[in-house]
Amino acid sequence: MMIVILIPIVLMVLFGFAISTEVNNIKVAVVAPHRTDMIREAVTRLERNEYFTFCGYVGEKEADMLLRSGRADAVVVFATDYDRRMMQASEGLPSPALIQLVLDASDVNTAGAAQAYLQGILLGSASAQDMFETRMLFNPRMKSAFNFVPGIMGFIFILVCAMMTSISIVREKETGTMEVLLVSPVRPRRIIIAKMIPYFVISCIVLVMILLLARYLLDVPMSGGVAGIFSLSLLYIILSLSLGLLVSAIARTQVAALLISAMVMMMPILMLSGLLFPLENLPAFFQVISCTVPARWYIDAMRKMMIQGVPLSEVWLDCLVLLGMTVLLLTVAFKRFNDKLE
Amino acid sequence: MKAVEVNDVSKRFGKVEALRSVSFEVERGELFGLIGPDGAGKTTLFRILATLLEADGGTALVDGMDVCRDYTSIRSRVGYMPGRFSLYQDLTVEENLAFFAALFGVDARDSYSLVAPVYRHIEPFAKRRAGRLSGGMKQKLALSCALIHRPSVLFLDEPTTGVDALSRGEFWDMLTDLKNSGISILVSTPYMDEASRCDRIALCNDGGILGTDSPVRILQRFDSPLYAARADDMFALLGAARKVRGVERCYPFGQSHHIVAGRDFSAEEFTRELSWLEGLCLEPVKPAIEDVFIKLMQK
Repeated sequence: MMIVILIPIVLMVLFGFAISTEVNNIKVAVVAPHRTDMIREAVTRLERNEYFTFCGYVGEKEADMLLRSGRADAVVVFATDYDRRMMQASEGLPSPALIQLVLDASDVNTAGAAQAYLQGILLGSASAQDMFETRMLFNPRMKSAFNFVPGIMGFIFILVCAMMTSISIVREKETGTMEVLLVSPVRPRRIIIAKMIPYFVISCIVLVMILLLARYLLDVPMSGGVAGIFSLSLLYIILSLSLGLLVSAIARTQVAALLISAMVMMMPILMLSGLLFPLENLPAFFQVISCTVPARWYIDAMRKMMIQGVPLSEVWLDCLVLLGMTVLLLTVAFKRFNDKLE
Repeated sequence: MKAVEVNDVSKRFGKVEALRSVSFEVERGELFGLIGPDGAGKTTLFRILATLLEADGGTALVDGMDVCRDYTSIRSRVGYMPGRFSLYQDLTVEENLAFFAALFGVDARDSYSLVAPVYRHIEPFAKRRAGRLSGGMKQKLALSCALIHRPSVLFLDEPTTGVDALSRGEFWDMLTDLKNSGISILVSTPYMDEASRCDRIALCNDGGILGTDSPVRILQRFDSPLYAARADDMFALLGAARKVRGVERCYPFGQSHHIVAGRDFSAEEFTRELSWLEGLCLEPVKPAIEDVFIKLMQK
């Protein structure tokens, strides 16, 4: 009942206020060899704009690092003779590559919007396309599939593991077979693990399939190392399985298990994991909530590893969070799974 | 060592008192029946004994082991057949049997001699899915599965509910055979006529036990004369009979009404007073378990 009443409210609030495909809070760093007045003026416009967060002036090497680590979404590089060529431009002379934009294109939406906004703000309506030289990092062809694959993975494993496991365990409760299973020498722990194994195997097959498809059909680079991607995915699969187990300990009927899985797990993944909508735009409250969604961390790490080519060691925070969540969920789930009926 | 010892066991679910300090014992090699209507607390009692529920108060021993403390060892030596058909409906008959053999870590062939008298009846349908068996066959399969590991105590929760009369008779014959082979059996049933098939019975109602004894001795507890009355208009008879002097109780009982006679009851006076009812007939009858049940219930 609570779900029926709460869900519409949550959806309204999320879509109305929290979630927008609009791009906000783009982190921009600036590389300017000489901070001339004209450059300062352009940067001030950037700073004042609500869509951007100015990260300061940086050197070229530093800029690269910021992009790679995700601390900057875009870098604006002003040409060394910016002032002189700007003058030429105002006289109607062609002045190509006045400003270089380097964008993190692992999220296609953000990169596209950021490019358009930056061009408008830096040079105003007078700007011509050729005044900019744009470089899209990590995903040079702006393929949205790149962005989507990690998201889909975060979604599918919850679907297969959590939902199917919880339903299959709850079905035993519903049909009464759990009663006879429990009154046998087989330990409840073994029953649970036995119920989880098929879904673990299925998930592993799915994982291999997805990775193969992503690599050879969609050309996702996966430069971060397949071993790292694989092991983090395995951790996420185990996490999803324990989530399913927890649901099965709470739910009494298959319908309830389905509802809990769909509403309590799917919804946050769709809305709050960065799968469909960029997380940066969420109000602070939902940002905090999104931190409790395992898929958020998994998807984040997967994007970095598959698209940006970051090795496993550099997404240690995501790994640590996922590991902690797994341990917590498994412990709670095993504790909650009663070897009695109540 | 008794097969089952229940001392002052009570259990409540929220406001509902499912069991109120229930006590009884099942001797080794005994066929013990819990007789009572739905909601008497029989299933709750079975679940406590099968270590699936914990009692709020009191102690229960199965094979001399405490159901709370030693539940793991109890689980491997009892056979439990829940009231609802609880096998895998999408597995075939023989697959179910093999599954339960594996679950208990026994070889189905080793236990075949014990299971055979029951399993023989359903063996022709070995390849049929359990969900597509008839009610009686389902229960025989469930009993076979509960027997596969040679349990020392069998808990059968309403095994004959939803089973036709012929199969019910067969089922009780099997239980008697099993008892004779040394297995202690605790069985529940809402059918009072099945009580006579047990060595001893406990009459349960509303979470309590009204009386425990052998079926014959339970019947002896009914010490008042009992009559069966019939008339064309049974409904009018019920109302009128209750007003006649000396009638302690009158209640519908199958085709007739049973009349419990008090000290100043006289059959002639009864027929004379109700002679206006057409087709009236009154005859003394022997009490059945139901009569005892109703009497004990009203005390």
